[in-house]
Amino acid sequence: MQDFEYVAPTTLAEAIRLMNGNGLRTKALAGGTDVLVQMRGRRFAIDRLVDVKNIPELNELSCTESDGLTVGAAVPCCNIYEDVIIQRLYPGLVDAASLIGGIQIQSRATIGGNLCNSAPSGDTIPALMVQDATCEIAGPNGRRTVPVVLFCTGPGQNVLQRGEILVALRLAAPKANYGSHFLRFIPRNEMDIAVVNVGASVLLDHAKRRIVSAKIALGSVAPTPVLARKAMDFLAGKEATEATIEEAAEAAKSAARPIDDMRGTIKHRVHLVGVLTKRALQGAILRARGEE
Amino acid sequence: MTITGERGVGASRSYKVVGTSPIRHDGVDKVTGRARYGADINMAGLLHGKILRSPHAHARIRSIDTSKAEALPGVRAVATAKDFPIVQMQELDFGGAQRNSRMMADNDLAYRKVLYQGHAVAAVAATSPHIAEEALELIKVDYEILPTVLTWKDAMKENAPLLHESLTKRFTMDRSSQGKDTGVRSNVASQIQFKLGDIEQGFREADVTVEREFTTQTVHQGYIEPFACTASWGPDGRVTIWTSTQGIFGIRETVAGIMDIAESAVKVVPMEVGGAFGGKGIGYMEPVAAVLSKKSGHPVKMVMSRKEVFLGTGPTSAAFMRCKIGADKSGKITAAKLHLVYEAGAYPGSPVGGGASTGLSAYKIDNVLIDGYDVVCNKQKTQAYRAPGHPQAAFAVEQVLDELAEKLGMDPMDLRLKNVARQGDRAPTGVPHARVGFKEVMEAMKAHPHYSAPLEGINRGRGIAVGYRLNGGGSGSSATINVNADGTVNVITGSMDLSGTRVSIAMQVAEVLGIAAEDVLPQVVDTDSVGWTGGSGGSRITFDTGRAAISGAEDVLRKMAQRAALLWDVQAEDVQFKDGVFFCAKNPKDKLSFKELAGKLMATGGPVTCSAMDKQGGVGAQLAGNIVDVKVDPETGKVDILRYTAFLDVGKAVHPAYVEGQIQGGTLQGIGWALNEEYFFTPAGAMANSSFLDYRMPTTLDLPMIEAVIIEVANPRHPFGVRGVGEGPIVPPLAAVANAVYRATGARMYGLPMSPGAILEAVEEQQPKKR
Repeated sequence: MQDFEYVAPTTLAEAIRLMNGNGLRTKALAGGTDVLVQMRGRRFAIDRLVDVKNIPELNELSCTESDGLTVGAAVPCCNIYEDVIIQRLYPGLVDAASLIGGIQIQSRATIGGNLCNSAPSGDTIPALMVQDATCEIAGPNGRRTVPVVLFCTGPGQNVLQRGEILVALRLAAPKANYGSHFLRFIPRNEMDIAVVNVGASVLLDHAKRRIVSAKIALGSVAPTPVLARKAMDFLAGKEATEATIEEAAEAAKSAARPIDDMRGTIKHRVHLVGVLTKRALQGAILRARGEE
Repeated sequence: MTITGERGVGASRSYKVVGTSPIRHDGVDKVTGRARYGADINMAGLLHGKILRSPHAHARIRSIDTSKAEALPGVRAVATAKDFPIVQMQELDFGGAQRNSRMMADNDLAYRKVLYQGHAVAAVAATSPHIAEEALELIKVDYEILPTVLTWKDAMKENAPLLHESLTKRFTMDRSSQGKDTGVRSNVASQIQFKLGDIEQGFREADVTVEREFTTQTVHQGYIEPFACTASWGPDGRVTIWTSTQGIFGIRETVAGIMDIAESAVKVVPMEVGGAFGGKGIGYMEPVAAVLSKKSGHPVKMVMSRKEVFLGTGPTSAAFMRCKIGADKSGKITAAKLHLVYEAGAYPGSPVGGGASTGLSAYKIDNVLIDGYDVVCNKQKTQAYRAPGHPQAAFAVEQVLDELAEKLGMDPMDLRLKNVARQGDRAPTGVPHARVGFKEVMEAMKAHPHYSAPLEGINRGRGIAVGYRLNGGGSGSSATINVNADGTVNVITGSMDLSGTRVSIAMQVAEVLGIAAEDVLPQVVDTDSVGWTGGSGGSRITFDTGRAAISGAEDVLRKMAQRAALLWDVQAEDVQFKDGVFFCAKNPKDKLSFKELAGKLMATGGPVTCSAMDKQGGVGAQLAGNIVDVKVDPETGKVDILRYTAFLDVGKAVHPAYVEGQIQGGTLQGIGWALNEEYFFTPAGAMANSSFLDYRMPTTLDLPMIEAVIIEVANPRHPFGVRGVGEGPIVPPLAAVANAVYRATGARMYGLPMSPGAILEAVEEQQPKKR
């Protein structure tokens, strides 16, 4: 590992200036559970590491039924899944936050970091995508908002421009009869990287029988997490029956463009998209009905 | 739970210490962090060494330019293979002995060729690890890339590129001998063959025959502590090495051989070992650190990263097995044929002999033909892994037997019991079995509640398998016992404690001396401080070093009896010892406890110190058995282990709690091998998953409590009946889990790992209608 500068700014403005950094190779550090491992593994070389954990805006965590959820980019996963209001309102996000790594990792790793790492397998990303989360980004040219769905642009790549920092994620307050679920398939029970992961959310009608709208996001099956739009369109307006779910799960497979690697084959991954989509939709519907 | 088998020496005698589970002597240091492992050496002037590794799986080294690295500030020495005296003296040659110091030097630092991705080519010592790493990037190696011969299959093709020009195939019918040189140049380093009876006639007598082919993958031992060592080359030409290893005397011999110095000029100091499982039976960096220390004039510490452990050390062999077994209608096996091909990796020396000499040995079969091939290919040079070579062969044999039982309509345990080998029956190696507990293990399995418990629920299956283990031993162990005035004794050995052998040896001494285990203080010392002792391997330490320590302790009793005789003014023959008390046969009032007499030694002639050694051998064979219940998710292919019961004939459990730990640990490693572990290679031969994230060993969250069933059929060759326990448990799980998956899914798993995708594919292939 080469020598590098470590800085820990306390204001957003200073952090942006340090990230912009006059031609230096810079990288933001939140929990460090990806960045430090990648540096040691020589994935990249940097001149300056900007620790963003001391910036107040990045540590905000607020959740109310009226205003929804704001998660600062430096808030660790454990603070999210231990919050009882978040557990009730955003169970799909809690599913994802509570299965990243072990307890030590969850105490350090952040959802913001998971998103900025932009791995195709990032576990919180599909969970955020199906809940219409948006990214608050600050940079040398001011602030902007980007939907999570558009944030990742390739493996390890995203829309952040030079000097820009992810400040927070915002999720709208969930409507009535809304439910979300997230599932990951790994060959072991814990501590592994997704072979496939799937987030699903549904909004049911008043009778809780018909699907008003649904979202499905797939991870580890394309260069970025992707929405299964065909399956989503299919579900809109349908009765929430097993047959409907099966058909949607089949349709979701068409959104998957996986690769063969040490974590799984193309064939197995496409197959798993169907299995996990079915199970995640079942879970989301149960939650929308208040049955789980 | 303990089942006492036949009344042998071990089982019939009652013991005070043996068979209890005291706290280990090294426990406090280990749980408080005071224990010092390989990387815990620090001293003035210490440099940090790092190794440059080959990015190519097979290439000729045209040249290595180290000048830029040498010029980097902070760099104190750079080494290549040319710095090894043995490389200057000899070409790599497999003529005399296939495994030799020159070959080890070549694996520690490649000379003319690199033979696997990760093969070490150069090393740097610098004032910090980061500078050393930077320097590695400045070393220019000019490679001529050669075609990769990645698997045994590639290696055995006609006209396959040869890894070693000088390698010729040997043929042997004896595992302990190199055999004769056939002169045939190929990537096949050797063939081992065992024959009994008339194989053709045997199959003609069979009513049912099953023949299947199997493959297993490259897997690593997965010890937690990466390799780490420090070398300090003194101005007097003597070198001291601190290292985490299974055998300090082996390291001494290797360093002396490679550096062309006397063995007595090398002192190897053992550090605690954070897991080894056979993998630390040899070292990789000690000679490199020695060269760097010699060149720099400073001590040099080298610590591998996890990635280096995967890329640069020895896993165990990927293997191919073809197994054919025939039986008559009654279930009697009439003939068995086993064809084994094991990958050795870069240099000869796979454990194919371990597979060939054990795969069929639990059974009495009159007509047998076993062929084993040791094949080099462009992978890491394989190294021992817990019962080397046994699990692969058992994976094939125990699945074929399962299928045979099904075809015969027999209970799988009954088929095995019908053919079980007993004392005096000849194993396929031609060697008659000693007193073994195979039948007792099988009977215990059949009688266990798990065997007959109802298996409720869908997608579940129960599998059984046994595994024959032939333990090593007899390489030699030394022990010295010093009696302290306070009645404690120090037991000094050169046996690295991998698994609790300090306490198991101390307990045997305590049993002999009639004192408490806590009053025996076991020490593992360096090569200058104890007699020659072979490495800790082959499940031999509690047996071999235990025997040496027992013999030393008996000598202590004889010497102390003489002191008591002096005190009581009688002949030594008149002094007797029972239950920890010396007493006079002539005058029963004269008695002294061990502790009391220990306090009188200085006044009766001085301290008592006794040394002994043991080289008899005889840890012998044992049987392990498994019953396992699995659940397979038919949609994802994921296997969950629901219940696991592991049986082992241990002879006599000296420390039952640690014996259970060994049974559970070996079983766990076998389950990992069965389900998800594998070296995943790119077609060019690069390992794609060199981290514990993607090299998927089971975690505690993946397994239920493994119930260990200890069976004690005493080994007549040990005073307490000990057999050794470390390796047997890993032999049956591969087949047991596969048999269970078959029952749960209807699909036979002919290849490992049984990853979720592989299971779904097998189900689809074998039962197209089901999905």
